[in-house]
Amino acid sequence: MSRQPNRLPSGGRIDRAMPLGFRFDGRSYTGYAGDTLASALLANDVHLVGRSFKYHRPRGILGLGAEEPNALIQLARGNRSEPNLRATQVELFDGLDADSQNRWPCLKYDVGAVNSALHRLFPAGFYYKTFMWPASLWMTYEEVIRNAAGLGKAPEGPDPDRYEHMHAHPDVLIVGAGPAGLAAALAAGRTGARVILADEQAEFGGSLLSDDDVFINGKSGRDWVAEVVAELASMPAVTLLPRTCVHGYFDHNYLLAAERVTDHIGAVVPNTPRQRLWKIRARQVVLATGTLERPLVFRDNDRPGVMLSTAARGYAVRYGVAAGRRPLVVTGHDDGYRTALAYAARGIQLAGIVDLRPDPSGALVDAAREKGIDILAGHSVAGTHGGHRVEGVDVAEMNADGTGLAKITRRIDCDLVAMCGGFNPTVHLFSQSRGKLRWDADMNAFVPAKVHDTTHAPQRSVGGCAGVMSVAQSIKDGIKEGLEAARATGSTARQPAAPAVEEPGIGAHRTIWVLPSDKPVGHKGKHFVDFQNDVTAADLNLAAREGYRSIEHVKRYTTTGMGTDQGKTSNVNALAIVAATLGTDIPAVGTTTFRPPYTPTTIGAYGGRNIGALFDPVRTTAVDSWHRANGAQFEHVGQWMRPWYYPKAGETMRQAVDRECLAARNAVGILDASTLGKIDVRGKDAAEFLNRVYSNAWMKLGIGKCRYGLMLNDAGFVMDDGVTTRLADDHFHMTTTTGGAAGVLGHLEEHLQTEWPDLEVYLTSVTEQWSVASICGAKCRDLLAALCDDIDLSNEAFPFMAMKEGTVAGIPARVYRISFTGELSFEINVPRRYGMALWEVLMAAGEKHGITPYGTEAMHVLRAERGFIIVGQETDGSVTPIDLGMDWIVSKQKVDFIGKRGLFRPDLMLPDRKQLVGLLTEDPSEVLPEGGQIVEDVKPAPPMTMLGHVTSSYYSVNCGRSIAMALVKGGHARKGDTLSVPLAGKTVKVTVTDPVFFDLEGSRRDG
Amino acid sequence: MDASAGRQGPTTKQRYSIFALAKNALSYHEGWQQAWRSPEPKKAYDVIIVGGGGHGLTTAYYLAKLHGVRNVAVLEKGWIGGGNTGRNTTIIRSGYLWDESIKLYEHALKLWEGMSQELNFNVMFSQRGVINLAHSEHEWREMRRRYEAIRLNGVDIALVLPDEIKKLVPIINIDPTIRYPVKGGILQQRGGTARHDAVAWGYARAADALGVDIIQNCEVTGFERAPEGQIIGVQTTRGFIASNKVGCVPAGHSGVLAEMAGFMLPIQARPLQALVSEPIKPVIDKVVMSNAVHMYISQSDKGELVLGAGTDAYSSYAQRGSPNHPEHLMAATVELYPITSRLRMLRQWGGIVDTCPDASPIISKTPIPGLYFNCGWGTGGFKATPGSGHVFADLIAHDRPNALAAPFSLDRFRTGYLVDEHGAAGVAH
Amino acid sequence: MQLIPCPWCGPRDDAEFHYGAEAHVARPAVPSERSDAEWEAYLYLRRNTKGPFAERWLHTNGCRRWFNVIRDTYTHEIFASYKPGEPMPDIDQLTAKKDA
Repeated sequence: MSRQPNRLPSGGRIDRAMPLGFRFDGRSYTGYAGDTLASALLANDVHLVGRSFKYHRPRGILGLGAEEPNALIQLARGNRSEPNLRATQVELFDGLDADSQNRWPCLKYDVGAVNSALHRLFPAGFYYKTFMWPASLWMTYEEVIRNAAGLGKAPEGPDPDRYEHMHAHPDVLIVGAGPAGLAAALAAGRTGARVILADEQAEFGGSLLSDDDVFINGKSGRDWVAEVVAELASMPAVTLLPRTCVHGYFDHNYLLAAERVTDHIGAVVPNTPRQRLWKIRARQVVLATGTLERPLVFRDNDRPGVMLSTAARGYAVRYGVAAGRRPLVVTGHDDGYRTALAYAARGIQLAGIVDLRPDPSGALVDAAREKGIDILAGHSVAGTHGGHRVEGVDVAEMNADGTGLAKITRRIDCDLVAMCGGFNPTVHLFSQSRGKLRWDADMNAFVPAKVHDTTHAPQRSVGGCAGVMSVAQSIKDGIKEGLEAARATGSTARQPAAPAVEEPGIGAHRTIWVLPSDKPVGHKGKHFVDFQNDVTAADLNLAAREGYRSIEHVKRYTTTGMGTDQGKTSNVNALAIVAATLGTDIPAVGTTTFRPPYTPTTIGAYGGRNIGALFDPVRTTAVDSWHRANGAQFEHVGQWMRPWYYPKAGETMRQAVDRECLAARNAVGILDASTLGKIDVRGKDAAEFLNRVYSNAWMKLGIGKCRYGLMLNDAGFVMDDGVTTRLADDHFHMTTTTGGAAGVLGHLEEHLQTEWPDLEVYLTSVTEQWSVASICGAKCRDLLAALCDDIDLSNEAFPFMAMKEGTVAGIPARVYRISFTGELSFEINVPRRYGMALWEVLMAAGEKHGITPYGTEAMHVLRAERGFIIVGQETDGSVTPIDLGMDWIVSKQKVDFIGKRGLFRPDLMLPDRKQLVGLLTEDPSEVLPEGGQIVEDVKPAPPMTMLGHVTSSYYSVNCGRSIAMALVKGGHARKGDTLSVPLAGKTVKVTVTDPVFFDLEGSRRDG
Repeated sequence: MDASAGRQGPTTKQRYSIFALAKNALSYHEGWQQAWRSPEPKKAYDVIIVGGGGHGLTTAYYLAKLHGVRNVAVLEKGWIGGGNTGRNTTIIRSGYLWDESIKLYEHALKLWEGMSQELNFNVMFSQRGVINLAHSEHEWREMRRRYEAIRLNGVDIALVLPDEIKKLVPIINIDPTIRYPVKGGILQQRGGTARHDAVAWGYARAADALGVDIIQNCEVTGFERAPEGQIIGVQTTRGFIASNKVGCVPAGHSGVLAEMAGFMLPIQARPLQALVSEPIKPVIDKVVMSNAVHMYISQSDKGELVLGAGTDAYSSYAQRGSPNHPEHLMAATVELYPITSRLRMLRQWGGIVDTCPDASPIISKTPIPGLYFNCGWGTGGFKATPGSGHVFADLIAHDRPNALAAPFSLDRFRTGYLVDEHGAAGVAH
Repeated sequence: MQLIPCPWCGPRDDAEFHYGAEAHVARPAVPSERSDAEWEAYLYLRRNTKGPFAERWLHTNGCRRWFNVIRDTYTHEIFASYKPGEPMPDIDQLTAKKDA
């Protein structure tokens, strides 16, 4: 336990009764509940907290919150480790364990700091100018660069924590709970509107938490915050979301927010997610996101102990920590005086105030003088001294226009430099919503000018983010706009009165973008603009000089604004410096685009629960549990899991498939065919509709009869196939491929709704309504006959391509005599709830016939033996029915069907298109790899001209040899030819055949 | 064509090297010249290139370098490289499905291999290898077809099984029970990534040195034609600029420019989004792409994980998309790379891609004599940058496509010979 | 995330929809009488207007019905949605009313 040497004896919103132990870089410290890691480190006099990205310069804490570029730490270890957290935002908890980053072997003695010594060689973009010779060495250079870059480390394993998503549809979303946001929430909330108030910090209040010189209705600002929060908490329609960063503003008032639910507890909380991603569609948005303070750019302004003025004040007032014992304030703005006064009020003697203004005046200046603080008016900081901590600054009086020094420098010792370069409205969300910004020359900052879309994304900006710096005005505006936002959603309430506010008056400020020194920029020391990425004013000048004039070019060339802070403290300074170098004004240089997220957001929070088993739905059939219990290996087909094959103990895949293929022809095979897409087509024009969407004729199909159809797209290419059955004059049952079902339904619905609304046809997907057991093989009729006494199963009564309704084992069923194996086959369709019962009955009754379940692999082999295509395997979106040798299915009589016109385009009628053929290898045991390329003229080495590829290839136990199908250029005219399939290491000779290998007469389908 | 007589010549370029850096360090780096000029547009050029992205700048460079056409202007409505060149995820490979594509992208890949030295500008082309994953038997079959086709085209490619993939990419989850398990993949070791901005800048600098005028903040507002139809110049926000040859390389805005010229293209403009994580120490040194779960990943030299997915489904010129797309992408990332869950997204953005029905580009003459279009690269244009410019310059110089470009002419949509890179697998990247 | 106004269901997140590109492109009545170029136009050539645009949407994860929307493809403002078969509203009039 250490003694917190910088903790002030009293004050601050910390709980001194609740000390918390924590570790940083392995050393133990103590802080208090209410601290951030940054405030606790400062309380313990730890200023050196990190190393910069490029030069590995020692860095301290610059800011107070989201803007922090330097103090990035690695929190925790193992699977819960998290890199790059800003110490300024990490709430302290007991046992917190953090490490600094980007240093080796340790923070104090970092070998990478050699880069700093060689800094002259590393101006902006140096890597574009070197590492080119020899070319072969780039990969080595790159590895060195990569290992040097990066910041923290990824966790070691999978994330043990859980994340959730939450949807919300408030009337009014208010982002930011500072004075303006609280006032807006109060006004909107009192109307009864549904309000969400979100703030990224643990505690509501914004700037009022860090300022002790603002009084509202005669009480301290913090008391007013407490009253307002209490009232809001009592309103049932108001949702308060602290620790919730609204970080993305998308179209039509859709915003994303990330809530840190348990991070501040530092322990696992049962039944609670670690973080929650809020998806908010707001009718009205009020942005009250405040301001970010700008650093001043002076030589070596990056030493630990150089801090934003509001941050230095915040540590003292909010956390009761003296960030320095001899602070120096550098400012061109009255606000800097508030920091000086805050330290003075706590008994800390200031080293002085360096004011850029030659003639500072006003109440705050007078108050500082009264306190006896030394004010150096019209002075510049020409440089700093120190190593791991700032020890002093060189100051000197400037010339009148602030471009140079008028006198020689003198040193002032100090251990804290609090700098105030003015304020930038936090316009990130406004800009993300595509609002237009305007340069405000008085404020020297970008402010909102025009909301992008007032109809679909009505919003208002109030308080600091709208460029309003006074608390009184912010509260007034917040009340007005909060009420108007609520009114826009239907409320008629009256406007509450604004409270009386006492606050320090702020006078005119002076902005000098780069403080003058005794040497030109770039000649001595470094003037940092982007602290994290080590971009200096000299780098920006170099980029402009080299012709990188667009701010986007400058940014990308120098990397300014591209760190994990996304330039919150650097972007406007960079713009101004580039504008000065180019001799133009700032608006002409433009501003870079603000992109989501406002602060880095956990990837797992976006994943939410949609990972693991819930990543994508799994579709299973009614018989799934049987397949699993019987050892099936599964294949992914779209979202479906289908049994692939059913290995018995000790069987290889090939052995199992061979066994299944033999049984399916010679005994009984049974396939779970439930996954095929099924569409119920009904209506008086159903036949006409089918006639238009299939390439063959449908008008005369008899009731109870089935027909195979090819579906083409209007380009003429095959898109799906399946068997459709006429159930009644106006009623058909269509089947599609498993993977194509959704696409086919969409294709049909589109044509029906948009091209042929005159047709009376109703489409219903019934894929999941039916469970389908397909039985085939020599004994399948015997099997079915034993279970079905109300259908005559003879060939005469129940011919091929017919459907009968009846019962199977008492289950109402539609039985289709269709076959994808070429074998006698019955597809028994029963309502899904009977699917398992039917399967079990069939398995039991089929036992004496040697019934064998077979999977998709055997199904593929069996259909290939008969030369049946699989859409998506024999076709790839570039294949026509003619290419497949299926001319017979393309109606010559029909005037039109989808795809007909496409078939008559010149390139689809060429004779030497890739056409479907069979391939037989010279060696009957050789199974070609699918995807193998077919070559006529084999060369000793690639490249060689390819004629096509193997689409399907199997060992067929029924044929006693391997078989293959292929698409081959001009293949139909090549039958009998010998071609080659060159593989890695060998070339296989093949003979081109018809793509039918078994039962050439097709006699087995009738048993 | 007439070279640029009597005009303000570009200065001879300083060589970039470690020695030049050391020398300039002595003068505080104040002696560096501008990488390219910012000239006022002339009244007329031999060729105008519309679009100052990578493809447009390479076209101008090769026109000047290989075809002696130096009186060239590149007109860019914003800043060079500000469109898809500066917004893409920088994946470079040539492993495609069809011969025509493999040949075109391999032509580009060979140019990538000498680019930094040729331009004297380090584009950081990193041949770290690109892996495409298969997650089902069907995808694995498709992948083997690609593998054989790529291999027999004489292009490097290897089949890799899950265990090998795990060795190459230790953070990947190859558990066979996950929703979309890794079944295997193909690895093109010569593929990789490059520094996207540097490609635009490097070609701009090299083209400028050859006399090309790069004119930024100059938007084309109309095309002017002679009575007989020939193109005679373009109207711009900086006035009329004459030329008898105009090559348009406008990526996402190709449909808009074509309509401006009076014809339509088989193009759809779609948002394409990408995002990066905060920088971390190296965890993955391959590029890994997965169609089934719709995501691809690499790690930049700076340490950011670079993540991308497919396009949003609707037309948009807003350079942003819907947040549900990145959300799905991040879920997919956690699914395949579980250690990414606690990392944080730093930045997301969108570009506009022009997609063709067959997911292949258009490099073509148009119905208007003297007007050429190079577009339709969809989600995969960056990898083609040097090859695209190389063949497009050839087309503009000779008014006929060479063998590499011919299959990608506009005629194919009429005659039906598409180069359908969707294949049976769905999305092409 | 845009809110797309389905004429049957009301405004819904764009993630519920499928996009159908340019509206009012009819399939030619007698395709066999169309030239190759005309067929190419029907198959592939669609306007890519930057600005207010009549386009088709399908409420895939809702009522599964197609409809038309006038939407600005740059600003993502939505001016109208209407059912198939209804005439295309005058886009200039719609957008002018908005500006007024």
